[in-house]
Amino acid sequence: MSKIYDYLDERLSITELRKFGEKKTVPLHKYSFWYYWGGISLLCFLIQLITGILLMIYYKPGPDAYNSVRAITYDVDFGWLVRSAHSWSATIFLLSVFVHMFSVYFMKAYKKPREFGWWSGMALLILGLLFGFSGYLLPMDELSFTATKVGLAIPENIPVVGHAIANLMRGGLEVSEITVQRFFAWHAVVLPLLYLPLLMFHLFLVQKHGNAIPESEEAVPVAQRKTIPFFPNFLLKDLAMWLFTLNVVAVMASLFPPDLGKMADPLGPAPVGVHPEWYFMSSFETLKLIGRVITGTIGEAVGITIFTLGMVLWCLIPFYDVNTPGGLKGKRATYFGLFCLGVLLVTTLLGYFVG
Amino acid sequence: MSKNPSNNPSIEPVEDEISRASFIKVTVGGMCLAYAAAIGYPVYRYLNSPVAREAAMSAVTDVALPGADKLPLGGVLLFKFGPYPSMLIHHKDDSWVAFDSVCTHLGCTVQYHPEQDKIVCACHGGQYDSHTGANVSGPPPKPLTKFNVKVATGTVTVTRA
Repeated sequence: MSKIYDYLDERLSITELRKFGEKKTVPLHKYSFWYYWGGISLLCFLIQLITGILLMIYYKPGPDAYNSVRAITYDVDFGWLVRSAHSWSATIFLLSVFVHMFSVYFMKAYKKPREFGWWSGMALLILGLLFGFSGYLLPMDELSFTATKVGLAIPENIPVVGHAIANLMRGGLEVSEITVQRFFAWHAVVLPLLYLPLLMFHLFLVQKHGNAIPESEEAVPVAQRKTIPFFPNFLLKDLAMWLFTLNVVAVMASLFPPDLGKMADPLGPAPVGVHPEWYFMSSFETLKLIGRVITGTIGEAVGITIFTLGMVLWCLIPFYDVNTPGGLKGKRATYFGLFCLGVLLVTTLLGYFVG
Repeated sequence: MSKNPSNNPSIEPVEDEISRASFIKVTVGGMCLAYAAAIGYPVYRYLNSPVAREAAMSAVTDVALPGADKLPLGGVLLFKFGPYPSMLIHHKDDSWVAFDSVCTHLGCTVQYHPEQDKIVCACHGGQYDSHTGANVSGPPPKPLTKFNVKVATGTVTVTRA
């Protein structure tokens, strides 16, 4: 055993890596719990990668899409479980990404020198949402067909170039099997190719700058701050969180596998109670609410403009909230974060229980 | 974990540490194995699903070929026996034979040459007797699998010999 270790160590410098991991520290304080959510997102992404490759073995984009998902769900051994794990870990992935983003925001971990961590994270979030949007169409049942039609109406509202963009995304004037083929190319090739290098960059920055500490901890004198070694202490805790997450995915996937609705019928009416996936519910509901106040396409345009502006502001927060701990700008940034979180939660709940 | 410390107060702490470490090693190792199995088994079954289906198909013992009794003298009909390509030959002497068309050498699909009255494999030049299926020339190590043929009006039934 030690001979194998020596052989590998001489060539791969394992001891050096271990020493590095032992020397690297992770801050320990009452908000340390929030450090795990990036790791949970990473695990879910890895589950997505593996279950996605497994689904690709039987999935057929294009005109056979619905029937191939039917076969995966009902004919292939454990196909329902692989599909369910893919769907559930997508949900837990986006949930943990949101928690990660808000915890980074409220810990003000976007401040110098971590701005690029924030921006790359935002880009990863947008790609994650596009993964969700493109993946949702792939089964090509009634619900996914309708949700995609509605979703593509959003780029349709962009002034001047909106129609052209929506048509290019659809590959036609209406959602069809050509759209499924395109969305599959996005979902399984283009988005992963964009996502993986960006993820590497994001992780490199986390390693380079280390964990940010919240302002309350920054007030503590350096000598009194507590830390734990990254290896093995933090890594083991991280792995324990992974194991917990894996169990949650496994239990949810086994007990609540996703339905497959009726095959999409381009001539059929939209099914009753159609609504987007939960991670788009907030924007769906907000557009609906704004549409009630300002009717017509103008309402839609106003809604989309507000969203875009909000997203831009959210991304630019490192420029506004610069290094003045406890300052007025810092407090305003926190209030803006609470406001955004509140709007997100309230509109999502409204979408489910009122809309 | 074989010793109970309360029964043996003289136990040395060092020994206890070692047994605890090895206990954790075994437990963690066992858990890892259990997880690997819990994930590996469904993934194996998922990937193996079409194989399992074809294996079930290959368990068939007979295939009915409706209308095959009209096959002319010297004619050949290609059909699937379960998942495997197979051939039915109606010889000029009015005898009927059926073979599994998978070459016993490296698995290419063989073909019947009526003018030479031979079954040949294009991949490596293997040749088989078209009446018995015996390997007569080239690399094939074994004869072709022969099926039983029953001809009735309107149908030919091929059964596993």
